Amino acid sequence: MSAIVQFENVGLRYGLDSETLSDVSFSLAGGGFYFLTGASGAGKTSLLKLLYLAQRPSRGVIRLFGEDVVTLPRKRLPGFRRRIGVVFQDFRLVPHLSAYDNIALPLRVAGMEESEIDAPVAEMLDWVGLGDRGQARPATLSGGEQQRVAIARAVIGRPEILVADEPTGNVDADMARRLLTLFEALNRLGTTIVVATHDLPLIAQVRDAQMMKLDKGRLADPTGTLRYPPRSQDRA
Amino acid sequence: MASHANRKAASAARHRLLPGGRLVGPMPWIIAIMMFLTVLSAAAGLGLGAAVRSMRADLAGRASVQVVEADAADRDRLAVRALLALRGADGVRAADPVDPAVLADQLRPWLGDAATSGDLPVPALIDVMLTPGEAEVKVGRLRHLLAGLSPKLRIEPHAAFLLPLAGLLTALGWLAAGVVALMILATGAVVVLASRGAHDSHRGTIDVLHLMGSTDVQIARLFQRRIGLDAFFGSALGFAFAVLVIGLIGLRLSATGSALLGAVDLDAYSWLLLLLLPMLGVLLATLAARWTVLRALGRSL
Repeated sequence: MSAIVQFENVGLRYGLDSETLSDVSFSLAGGGFYFLTGASGAGKTSLLKLLYLAQRPSRGVIRLFGEDVVTLPRKRLPGFRRRIGVVFQDFRLVPHLSAYDNIALPLRVAGMEESEIDAPVAEMLDWVGLGDRGQARPATLSGGEQQRVAIARAVIGRPEILVADEPTGNVDADMARRLLTLFEALNRLGTTIVVATHDLPLIAQVRDAQMMKLDKGRLADPTGTLRYPPRSQDRA
Repeated sequence: MASHANRKAASAARHRLLPGGRLVGPMPWIIAIMMFLTVLSAAAGLGLGAAVRSMRADLAGRASVQVVEADAADRDRLAVRALLALRGADGVRAADPVDPAVLADQLRPWLGDAATSGDLPVPALIDVMLTPGEAEVKVGRLRHLLAGLSPKLRIEPHAAFLLPLAGLLTALGWLAAGVVALMILATGAVVVLASRGAHDSHRGTIDVLHLMGSTDVQIARLFQRRIGLDAFFGSALGFAFAVLVIGLIGLRLSATGSALLGAVDLDAYSWLLLLLLPMLGVLLATLAARWTVLRALGRSL
């Protein structure tokens, strides 16, 4: 499989602070399943932000789908973003929209007809166990329920890359297992999955997953307990 | 049918993206007030313009000849000679003596009964109507003709009397036009501020939409639609009230019976221009909202 994501000597600095990410280089194969680990403050969320195009790096090259996105004109970014699903750490559900409307957002952004939206949204609500909470506003949902809505919203558009920042942080073990199963199902359909997590037992549950570990903004040495470096980097 | 339902559902979904419904918040009411004042100012400007045009049309072709002779018999004889000369002159459509009784009535408020006693030498007056065009040249020719008859004959074009008034009305008309321009600028500024405020308060939603692949134009449309609707309701309300007030003022003006005030009128063309103002307001608000939001979005990634 060819590389769908390539980072080359990427650095990220916020303002005049020292670099949050330094000399980060890796490539991810299309259709791979990747975990990103590291202590709090190691730069996991910053790296994911670069990946889902919420941020441009201070230096280095990032290629997504074979194109350099660092120098990409701003007006071309939406097309790339539609190919990436994101589960944010803080969910970022739109507070005044129902769970149904939140999940339907990517489809509406993509210009799908209203008549074609209902079935996949209902299916997704059922899948995350919220079939009867479609009209509930985020404020009336528990943290776990909100997280499930966020995940449903990220995957409903069948993105080519799914980026999830601590997606199982607020759900119980059973729901974590179900979400992981969904990610694996998407992965089998060809979606590249990148999950940032502290949950090491979760990582162990996914066969063939590869792990990257960040330490103080740099990719760390292998821990030995999981496969490292990513298989895609072996090929590069 | 299905496509109509689809469009309706899509429109409802778009409305839900930005919280708050129509006529929520100060925007529609501010626009209503501004539209009310704009339409009133424009109506004043157009009405005054009509009055000036009407006054100029009425007065440009008219003049008065005064027979300034103290002796009543001589005055009457001279008036007859002048009248005959005027009626035979080129460029004169009509020349009629002003009835001395009418003249006395007009002077009575200032002179009292002395105006009709005959003791006071009141000049005889001849009302002259000229043929259209080149009024000043024709008045000059008549002045020359009358001077040949007697130095006691004086001709004055009516336009000269009312020139300062026409100037005042013209200045007021321009002032009204200036007020309309300022109101339009102020409306644009209010919309820009409201759009910025709305953009800032919905930043979270906008960020999410951006990261899902929404284009700037898609997001700007949400705001321009919302502000366009606010502007539509505000403009319609302001226009309706302004029309009501204009109607009431019109009734008051006609009740005065004054020819001058009665000339302050709005013709069909003026009403058409006034009707364009709320439409212009909606267009201006929509474009200002779009421009503001696109500018703000352009600063983000």
